[in-house]
Amino acid sequence: MIQSPAEPLKQTPLTARHRALGARMMPFAGFDMPVEYAGLAQEHLAVRTRAGLFDVSHMGQIEIAGRDALAAVQWVTSNDASRLSINQAQYSALATDAGTFVDDVLVYRLGDGHFLLVVNASNVAKDIAWIGEHCRRFSVAALDTSARYALVALQGPLAFEVLQPLANFDLSTIKYYWFAHGEIAGVRATISRTGYTGEDGFEVFAPPQQAVRLWDAILAEGRDRGVMPAGLGARDTLRLEAAMRLYGNEIDDTTSVLEAGLEWIVGWRKDDFLGRAALAQQKARGLGRMLVGFEMIDRAIARRGYRAYVGGANAGCVTSGTRTPFLERSVGMAYLPVECAAAGAEFVVDIRGRMQRARVVPLPFYKRPRG
Amino acid sequence: MYPVEYKYTKDHEWILMTGATGRVGITDYAQKQLGDVVYLELPQVGRTLVPGESFGTVESVKAVSELYSPVAGEVVAVNTALAEKPEGVNADPHGNWLVEIRLTSPGDLDALLAQAAYVELVK
Repeated sequence: MIQSPAEPLKQTPLTARHRALGARMMPFAGFDMPVEYAGLAQEHLAVRTRAGLFDVSHMGQIEIAGRDALAAVQWVTSNDASRLSINQAQYSALATDAGTFVDDVLVYRLGDGHFLLVVNASNVAKDIAWIGEHCRRFSVAALDTSARYALVALQGPLAFEVLQPLANFDLSTIKYYWFAHGEIAGVRATISRTGYTGEDGFEVFAPPQQAVRLWDAILAEGRDRGVMPAGLGARDTLRLEAAMRLYGNEIDDTTSVLEAGLEWIVGWRKDDFLGRAALAQQKARGLGRMLVGFEMIDRAIARRGYRAYVGGANAGCVTSGTRTPFLERSVGMAYLPVECAAAGAEFVVDIRGRMQRARVVPLPFYKRPRG
Repeated sequence: MYPVEYKYTKDHEWILMTGATGRVGITDYAQKQLGDVVYLELPQVGRTLVPGESFGTVESVKAVSELYSPVAGEVVAVNTALAEKPEGVNADPHGNWLVEIRLTSPGDLDALLAQAAYVELVK
């Protein structure tokens, strides 16, 4: 069989920095990415108690602009983008006709007729093709602008006090899920109060040529406060504790927005959009299965892909699971039949041939204390 | 770093013989690859093993890894204290053993790597 040569791994503007910091690197979505530096658990705890700095430049950016930009975004995404002011962002889905996920996205409103979608790295090409195909009747342009942005995320309770001294404006003016344009360490940037860890924090979009300067300045500012670089390993365990869904694990084109427990990103009150009819029908008929959180009763770790059983019958599948560093409990998410999905319900997971008991618990596992 | 009196496998276990029994653990290289160890699944005392047979698993936050017996024999002791505090695998991989095996064919040891060969393998 003839195999096509593997694509060379793409680098972020910070790849050399990660190597210099001694990161363990791994291919992820076609990029050479840092999995961990000092160690996953240490990095996870740093984000929960202090702050951690992530390179998420692999994430994709798609801009939709033109006279019909709002109408196009309203058509291809599930949430109600008309509720966004300029400089505000929302979580949303690119949904199929069946109400399942092409991708999950953050929608930023840059202007009246200008939106930025931040999408999963592995889905950029698929998303841009999808948007192009479904926006032909609108007067808009959709462009993959991923190469224009480096993206770093400073996450944790100290994120604000570390970033503020580097900023040329008052960061407290940026509320949760809002953003602003300004300078960080002298670098022109767009700064949004968003993240994927369950903590307060900021994501900073900057020109790739300035990424190293930005990264170094944030680490230098945070060093005395115990801020450390954090890799994709900690990013995954942090988002799991916060019960944030991961495309490819909890959600994909076989799972609906409602099954994933994300009805809050369905804009029922707006006009028609892709997937609406299917989702409305699903809601009227009732769901067959839904995403739940669970913790293990037995001492074992249920991981992605392990089967769940109720009363001896195959009931579903674990989508993510590990023993998380902050809670120090073995937790996960799984799809279960709705009749087995109430908090407190017990089921078993086949962990490499051994049936181990688990219990449904409310999501999220971790919620940050708010002052 | 890697004790000279130990024997090693290509799967990154070590064995230290005392008389007819040997204590088995995983190497520093293995624990570094795994990252923070959070769970150990170890066999019952009395289980018999053949060389290369899986006798349990070691799990880090991000991955599960099988443990393979370097030798044939019977499990005569299990380090249950370590199973309660699995982070000891990271802290002192060559001091913290997992199981103790009474060998049925001591010749198995000849097939294992000496320290110098193992150091070469993980270089």
